[in-house]
Amino acid sequence: MQDKPFMSSLTTDEVATSLRRKGRWGLGEVLFWLAAAATLFFLPERHLILNEIAIIGLFAVSLDLILGYAGIVSLGHAAFFGVGAYVAGIFAKEMTGDPLTGLAVAGVAAALLGFATSFLVLRGADLTRLMVTLGVALVAGEIANQASWLTGGADGLQGIMMGPLLGMFEFDIFGTTAYAYSLVVLFVLFVVARRIVHSPFGLSLRSIRDNSLRARAVGIPVNRRLVAIYTISAAYAGIAGGLLAQTTQFVSLDVLAFHRSADVLLVLVIGGVGYLYGGLIGAVIFKVLQDILSSMTPQYWQFWIGLILVVLVLAGRERLTERARFLAGRLFGRSAGAPRTAPAREGRP
Amino acid sequence: MTPALETIGLQKRFGGLTATDNVSFRLEKGARHALIGPNGAGKTTFINLLTGVIPPTSGRILLEGADITRLCPELRVQRGLARTFQINQLFPAMTPLETLGLAVSERKGSGRDWWRVFGSDREIVDEVVGIAQRFRLADVLDERTSNLPYGKQRLLEIAVAFACEPRVLLLDEPAAGVPEAERHELLATVAALPRDVSVLLIEHDMDLVFSFAERISVLVNGGLFTEGTVDEIAADPRVRAVYLGESVDE
Amino acid sequence: MLTILFDGVAYGMLLFVLACGLAVTLGLMNFVNLAHGAFAMAGGYITAVLMNRYGVPFLLTLPLAFIGPALLGLVLERTLYVQLYARSHLDQVLFSIGLVFMAVAAIDYTMGSQQQLIQLPGWLQGRVDVLGVQVGLYRSFIIGVCGVLVIALQLILTRTRFGSRLRAAVDDPRVARGLGINVSAIFATTFAVGSGLAGLGGALGAEILGLDPTFPLKFMIYFLIVVTVGGTTSITGPFLASLLLGIADVAGKYYLPDFGAFIIYTLMIVVLVLRPQGLFAHGR
Repeated sequence: MQDKPFMSSLTTDEVATSLRRKGRWGLGEVLFWLAAAATLFFLPERHLILNEIAIIGLFAVSLDLILGYAGIVSLGHAAFFGVGAYVAGIFAKEMTGDPLTGLAVAGVAAALLGFATSFLVLRGADLTRLMVTLGVALVAGEIANQASWLTGGADGLQGIMMGPLLGMFEFDIFGTTAYAYSLVVLFVLFVVARRIVHSPFGLSLRSIRDNSLRARAVGIPVNRRLVAIYTISAAYAGIAGGLLAQTTQFVSLDVLAFHRSADVLLVLVIGGVGYLYGGLIGAVIFKVLQDILSSMTPQYWQFWIGLILVVLVLAGRERLTERARFLAGRLFGRSAGAPRTAPAREGRP
Repeated sequence: MTPALETIGLQKRFGGLTATDNVSFRLEKGARHALIGPNGAGKTTFINLLTGVIPPTSGRILLEGADITRLCPELRVQRGLARTFQINQLFPAMTPLETLGLAVSERKGSGRDWWRVFGSDREIVDEVVGIAQRFRLADVLDERTSNLPYGKQRLLEIAVAFACEPRVLLLDEPAAGVPEAERHELLATVAALPRDVSVLLIEHDMDLVFSFAERISVLVNGGLFTEGTVDEIAADPRVRAVYLGESVDE
Repeated sequence: MLTILFDGVAYGMLLFVLACGLAVTLGLMNFVNLAHGAFAMAGGYITAVLMNRYGVPFLLTLPLAFIGPALLGLVLERTLYVQLYARSHLDQVLFSIGLVFMAVAAIDYTMGSQQQLIQLPGWLQGRVDVLGVQVGLYRSFIIGVCGVLVIALQLILTRTRFGSRLRAAVDDPRVARGLGINVSAIFATTFAVGSGLAGLGGALGAEILGLDPTFPLKFMIYFLIVVTVGGTTSITGPFLASLLLGIADVAGKYYLPDFGAFIIYTLMIVVLVLRPQGLFAHGR
């Protein structure tokens, strides 16, 4: 009798194809980005808000990289967003108004902070991570508040003058250049993130999220992987913050506030965790809702955010996300990536 | 000859409790060795010490002559010491294809690769398919792991460890909980493991131990009680006494 | 110097009364309840409204500041919280942040965003000189009330049948259920009492901590510090952590007004990284 059991048709070629298919762009994805590009030309009066959506979307994608793919919960992701914003703002004021250079510097600064603080979230259960990330954001906020000679303190960082983009495109008051700029940056970084999550590296992150004990037993250097993705995610958040500073030409302490971290969590949760598009879809829904609700009751918009969160959780966020991802998977040609189980509930050790 | 795996005076205390008591143990190259012992004898602690999940209180662990006592778990795997788990420790949301691919990529050092799409490396895919066929997983490669029958999950558990290309493989009760109908397939694949892999089988099931192992060590109360060939152990009245009250074929 | 210590102790005691309910929720139900401060705020507003609008004396409002939030806690626990015990910490965090946002906006809508001031009765105002130390009467009152509460809690936990059942449930809910203990009733009771104590703390602290709609957000981090640094395995851990935090905060604000908050947050991170189980938890 042969050692090889009878089976089959399954060849290396087929397996390779099936694997690669997951990394390929689906029709839905292409349409999604075409639609986004179309807004540049068809919705000129909405460019200011679309710019904000793109920035929040990028911020949420950055959170998805650690929460959705590596399972790190964070209540302080605004730390990186805020640092990126301040660095971009200060850099423009003190050094040069060239947007791309400033954005790169903002990303690097946030990445450094991410790298340094990543070691704090390696150990510990969810609660410890929540507290530590929250603490880091609070410390950052406190520093920005105290160092008012540099950051403008409670008055905010004013007088940021941006040079033209690529030396050619001036930022206009309708936000068209700003939106185009943010959208292109978002797209490029999204493509990179997409590569990351479909790579062996991304797969190893998912394995750590699902079962870090087993991941170690397969020889995966768990800590190094977590440090890496946390740093990358911080860089993304920093670039999102940098975009905000550059396109609004103003930075206030608000960029480091607790509600920033909470909002981005909400954005991601609305759109669904763990398939990258969740952050973008969530950003659109969030901003549109905010627009509608705050025109009804300007000051009490927070109430509706709260209500949405409560209802979303009670209705079974995971299940809704599963469904959203299923639909997205259909739409985006099965590229949506990781099916996700509920994050393992960590008992008290 | 240097043994594949050796412990020298290995000891682990939890507070006042000695879970592993001065164990000096040798696993020869290419061995088919079983470690048995009644419940609570310290088998799991011993495995956790070997794989580096917990640090020993004292003593040393050598892998092919090199001291690995202080090495972290993932580095031990990279040096060629892999294990399976008694209770499935798999990635329920991944497919066997992804799980095996993960292990193979990691071993080949492309686990850091964040740019290439997973699956674009032919060499890795080839190897994954080969392992899948050896462990009779080829027909379920694209299923979600959590949907697999239990026997297949146990096979995957061993296949993942095998994919790390170990020189020493620790099998922790590989057949536990597998229904009778799927059992034969599992035992056959275990028996067909290549000879250049040294295997330490931690097992409760005496049928499996006697059919697979060539040497047997008996662990009692954390200490090495006795060691010998299958026939010696089977004939040893003291071993029977240790197991008395414990049902032998449980 | 001693005055600062005294004020710090009063502040710490207050923090303990505010946060001990959270310690129990976290220790007993393993539930991350970021909305704990909302119950404290409810107590504070009950006192403020009763005093300022209806002229009820301060002392009489305190029982109501306990009962109101306790009932609110009981209702919410039975209807909403109970559904989330088995869910992930992320879900619990999202849910309770949602509650905080709703509470903040709702209070802002009904009461306005300004600080609520309460007029303490005359006999609680001012300071007296005790052995050369300036001692605030109201702070002495707080230390007295909170001290009694701490001792009462400790006695309830260690001496009563309810206390032993509660401790059994904390140790292992499954085993406790097996012993015929009605764990969900214990959950509900402790949640209600914890919320009530928070409300009482909010009422007592309105004068010292200030009271406005952002109260739950502003003090959330303080409550979390108390329980994470103190650990949740005993009541003494959070108590010591509260005192430490209270003294450090008062002293920090006095000596290093610019860096007080900075130091506290940094210390919290350091403690959490070095002792994830809390500073006063027994190593396992």
